[in-house]
Amino acid sequence: MPDMKVFEYAPAPESRDIARLKPTYGVFVDGQFRPGRGEPVKSINPATEEALAEIQEADASDVNDAVSAARRAYDSGWSKLAGTQRAKYLYRIARVIQERSRELAVLETLDNGKPIRESRDVDVPTAAAHFFDYAGWADKLAYAGFGPNPHPVGVAAQVIPWNFPLLMAAWKIAPALAAGNTVVLKPAETTPLTAMTLAEIIAECELPPGVVNILPGGPSVGQSLVDHPGVDKIAFTGSTAVGKQIQKSVAASGKRLSLELGGKAANIVFDDAPLDQAVEGIVNGIFFNQGHVCCAGSRLLVQESIADVFISALKDRLQTLRLGDPMDKNTDIGAINSAAQLGRIRVLADAGEAEGGQRWSPDCPLPERGFWFPPTIFTDVGPASRIAREEIFGPVLSVLTFRTPQEAVDKANNTPYGLSAGIWTDKGSRILWMANKLRAGVVWANTFNRFDPTSPFGGYTESGFGREGGRHGLEAYLDV
Amino acid sequence: MSDRLDVRKTYKLYIAGAFPRSESGRSYPVSGAGDTVLAHAAQASRKDVRDAVSAARKAFGGWSGATAYNRAQVLYRVAEMMEGRREQFIAEVLAGDGGTRDAAATVVDAAIDRWVWYAGWADKYAQIAGGANPVAGPYFNFSVPEPSGVVGIVAPQQDSLLGLISVIAPALTTGNTVVVLAATDRPLAAITLSEVLATADLPGGVVNVLTGYVAELAPWLASHRDVNCLDLTGVAAADRVPLAVAAADSVKRVHSPGERAGIGLDEPGLARLAAFVEIKTVWHPLGV
Repeated sequence: MPDMKVFEYAPAPESRDIARLKPTYGVFVDGQFRPGRGEPVKSINPATEEALAEIQEADASDVNDAVSAARRAYDSGWSKLAGTQRAKYLYRIARVIQERSRELAVLETLDNGKPIRESRDVDVPTAAAHFFDYAGWADKLAYAGFGPNPHPVGVAAQVIPWNFPLLMAAWKIAPALAAGNTVVLKPAETTPLTAMTLAEIIAECELPPGVVNILPGGPSVGQSLVDHPGVDKIAFTGSTAVGKQIQKSVAASGKRLSLELGGKAANIVFDDAPLDQAVEGIVNGIFFNQGHVCCAGSRLLVQESIADVFISALKDRLQTLRLGDPMDKNTDIGAINSAAQLGRIRVLADAGEAEGGQRWSPDCPLPERGFWFPPTIFTDVGPASRIAREEIFGPVLSVLTFRTPQEAVDKANNTPYGLSAGIWTDKGSRILWMANKLRAGVVWANTFNRFDPTSPFGGYTESGFGREGGRHGLEAYLDV
Repeated sequence: MSDRLDVRKTYKLYIAGAFPRSESGRSYPVSGAGDTVLAHAAQASRKDVRDAVSAARKAFGGWSGATAYNRAQVLYRVAEMMEGRREQFIAEVLAGDGGTRDAAATVVDAAIDRWVWYAGWADKYAQIAGGANPVAGPYFNFSVPEPSGVVGIVAPQQDSLLGLISVIAPALTTGNTVVVLAATDRPLAAITLSEVLATADLPGGVVNVLTGYVAELAPWLASHRDVNCLDLTGVAAADRVPLAVAAADSVKRVHSPGERAGIGLDEPGLARLAAFVEIKTVWHPLGV
């Protein structure tokens, strides 16, 4: 439809004042806000490269303080507190997140670069929902199917990524607290701001000091936290490479571990799929959050008989995506989170071209400042090429074809990962057959990238182990 | 008095449903409780580990794809086959582990009953561990446990039969296939059990049993990239670290139980069933 007349959108920007940015943010330890003892860094807006705030990061001594505070809070009351009381604290947090949702959404978009539409409609409401859902578990643990008298594990060290900063904090903290554990959380170095606002909310909700401690910092802070002997459980979401390191560093130490790592999901389109819906699903699967999604559908497997028609429809749709100011409510594609991530995406995309893939992007001017990568499709991708095998964590889709359902399954499963998969077909028996054969922790049929606090999420093989969400998500935080 | 000579058994490995000698040609003497040499067991090699893993991988599709009811019947059939050889197993446990005949009988009975217990779980565990999830949107959403894949197991070293069965049966119940390193000093009951497995309609390759030196073989099992899970029950706590480190290279699920290992006479609980499954969640929109 490029020759069709398109109505232009008027700008509809959110106001940055709503984020209530502070000039500096420190650590939250033992109920106190104070500067960390590490090197201060600037957190920048990846869409403009302007500094948003100074982060007074943690160092190893702050890790020590935080773990000790978490231990004291665990021993002195939180683990023994009646479940009904823990539940009420979590309900309070859920409600304040809802009340401050616009502030949190704007802050998230400023710090992360994701479109305000996504932080407003997905990240923040789902974060509130996680607290609300797990609040109700806190006084019902004996009914969760892990025995009549389940115990908390102890002090949980939680290390989260930059792609869904507030939501990942909620995924980690809510089940841990519901089960009676105390927490030391390290947000990602490039996106600490919403976690620090969550710390404010936790303080405002009057949780006992030390129950939740939040330490902004880089990889060395994460390593100190994971290695700390006072920690009983580690929950990590991030890259498979770092996940393997963590698994090694806690090997046979008795520390409990859950890992939510990378993915290279196949999104499989059969010739009987409703094509318009499938196009929307593929676009959502790989371009949602600029592709910074571990379960992103980064491999399109399209049935050979419809490949040309489908790819053409997909390209038409990409022409209408709006890339630019993440604060604009009409923006579909925001900024890449950091210069480093942009560099990684470029390297892999260049490798895709070097290995013979055909690269295509819509005619899409990129803003002059900030970190940007256009939505990109690679066709003629060999199954052994890097862009078909390695997680790219960016808005880049590799297209492969198949002829039979068995071939689709074989290609989809031909990866060391196993986090998610998508199926697009009108045939119910085929959906269930495919869902059964695909080796992935989440299978979306005729939909993609749906998340819910009641729905377990997590991977097979090198995508990690353990589940987050729902009844299953409690197991990682209970001594069963 | 008969002057007939008895026919003695050659103890070999159990790989892909067959009983080969070690490809290395090695064997090692196994002594019983009284230091008499009971037999020469095959001393498996790295290559035997790899053959066993590839057999287990090949068998995974069929075993994991079998109906839970079918798996239940096969596991129950193992109990039936063992019951018929009860006296033989008692003699084997007595010779290998020592103790009294009554104690050996108690262990063999518990071992047989453990198959029956786990057989019953095969078509029930998914209902306990899975279910429908009430998501906040117009979707049908459900979760099911699925087998993790190939499970590498180091069997308990002090208990040649009940310990061995307690570690392999739960992995099989949920649809995994198994490569197990039998107790180094007490491997003979494991091979006799393999004869039972071979005649219990358990497809070849679903269980592969290797005898030999655990210290030599376990590192290859731990680092093999086509092994999905590692069960370190039979490894002393002090020796687990290097194996668990090697396992991390392919993000294996490592089961490193403490005291509650589920390998004794008490009812084992669900921990071993839960250790080697993956929860799969499927979403589909509602609509007309």
